[in-house]
Amino acid sequence: MKKKKTLGSVAFHLVCILFALTALYPIIWMLSSSLKDSSQVFVDAGNLIPWDFKIENYVKGWSGFGGISFSTFFSNTFFVVLLCVLGTVVICPLVAYGFARLNFKGKNLCFFTVLISLMLPGQIVMIPQYIMFNELGWLDTYLPLIVPTWFGTAFFIFQHMQFIRSIPAELDEAAYLDGAGKFTVYTRVILPLIRPSIATSVIFQFYWKWEDFFGPLIYLTSPKKYTVSVALKLFSDPSSMTDWGAMFAMSVASLIPPVLLFFFFQKNIVGGLSAGAVKG
Amino acid sequence: MKKKRFFELYGGYIFVAPWLLGFILLTLIPFICLLYFSFTDYNMFTSPVFAGLKNYIEIVTQDEKFIISLTVTFIYALISVPLKLIAALLVAVLLKQKRRGIGIYRTLFYIPSIIGGSVAVSVMWRNLFSRDGAVNALIEALTGINADISWVADPNTALGSLILMSIWQFGSPMLIFLAGLKNISTSYYEAAKVDGANSIQCFFKITLPLLSPIIFFNLVMQMINGFMTFTQGLVVTNGGPMNRTLFYQLYVYQQGFEDFNMGYASALSCIMFVIVLILTLFVFKSSDAWVYYESGGKK
Repeated sequence: MKKKKTLGSVAFHLVCILFALTALYPIIWMLSSSLKDSSQVFVDAGNLIPWDFKIENYVKGWSGFGGISFSTFFSNTFFVVLLCVLGTVVICPLVAYGFARLNFKGKNLCFFTVLISLMLPGQIVMIPQYIMFNELGWLDTYLPLIVPTWFGTAFFIFQHMQFIRSIPAELDEAAYLDGAGKFTVYTRVILPLIRPSIATSVIFQFYWKWEDFFGPLIYLTSPKKYTVSVALKLFSDPSSMTDWGAMFAMSVASLIPPVLLFFFFQKNIVGGLSAGAVKG
Repeated sequence: MKKKRFFELYGGYIFVAPWLLGFILLTLIPFICLLYFSFTDYNMFTSPVFAGLKNYIEIVTQDEKFIISLTVTFIYALISVPLKLIAALLVAVLLKQKRRGIGIYRTLFYIPSIIGGSVAVSVMWRNLFSRDGAVNALIEALTGINADISWVADPNTALGSLILMSIWQFGSPMLIFLAGLKNISTSYYEAAKVDGANSIQCFFKITLPLLSPIIFFNLVMQMINGFMTFTQGLVVTNGGPMNRTLFYQLYVYQQGFEDFNMGYASALSCIMFVIVLILTLFVFKSSDAWVYYESGGKK
């Protein structure tokens, strides 16, 4: 009996390791290519060990193009992403509290707009939005990327609502009996309790805005304002690119912030992803 | 006293005001504008000229690329979404077991998904599947055949390599399945075991029915994502070769932001809106037949 168990365990780990290798192979390949000499990347593409270990690829890649280095692109991206995350943290829990705990006339109709936004992809209205931001003179600024997040994001509002509903309403009532108002209940009772949900929203908003490509592509026109994703697209265009090592190096660099975030906050990600689907 | 009553009735609006304002300004008004623009000729340099149904008639009767991009998008979504969900479900069932190292595997399988939408991964895929890329090198090492083909530049395989990229990112639905599997009470499995059911019977008779609401959720979400595919199409293949990877959103982008046919692109967006709406309603309607809710009642 015991032997059968170990055999099953070995088979399980074998399958998992094989699967993991397949899943990670492309990433390992990119990492190793970023350390190879540009002339070697495609000559022995099957080889995963970068014998020359050319860290210079990163130095060369970082100097960017057109006199603008990746320091600029990275700080642009951090600027946009941090302001978006801030907007999400300030607004989404507030709205979620309103929907989950307060009663007001017309609430169902209002909540319906959240559901619509959840189901229908925002890309549908990108053209009128673009025209609107153009009329406002916001093209080639970061405003079209940042301002919308300060009105709340349906996905996170919904997620916080699920979380708030799992908090016993007696806590609110006790606070009301002590003479607290709605806003005090929100800041003193609800906000501290939904911190895990807020942490999840921070991480996901960071990911989405970090890898956002379409927004920066249509709204930003001057290269010195580019975010990493648009810069990388230009940097890697097959027509202009010959320095493969540098291109892979910058691709790897652009993935470091999200991967680091993932390793530090894994628990929040797993919990948050499932909350919307399973509890709802 | 009167003031207090007013606050009771409408005080909630103070909290949800940002959202409502945003919905009106960023979704509702743009949507009305979209409808209007779709009936006009508009290039952004002169004001829109009303053109009636002209854009729609041109799209349906003369636009070859419309049909092509619609076909490409449907093929992509219809093949990649089910395959991705099957992969996600199988891995989730595998990881449900209580064994050592589960957490590490879960992390490793999820990594492709956290970085999947980024330009860097698209750049990587383009090179991985190029003529001199690692995929061909691997094939040669394993089988000895020199597959002298660029997977992303050959019209027959370009879309296939993008579908593969989508399946590779099965991490998010996998995590959602995993959470759903944990919610299924073990007593069902124990009872089935007593009755002599094997694990395959358990999977089809217990796991699948009880997991169906979550399969449904994943299906809707992934389908909408599939229809909105853009980055991969632009960075990996740029719509080519021979428009074989011209995703619908990419075509809207070309019309709107490369040729500045804003009226025409708006009409294309309206058509996509109707398609997504019909598909979502269809999935919701059909879910009555195959989604099983434990409480018995409809949700």
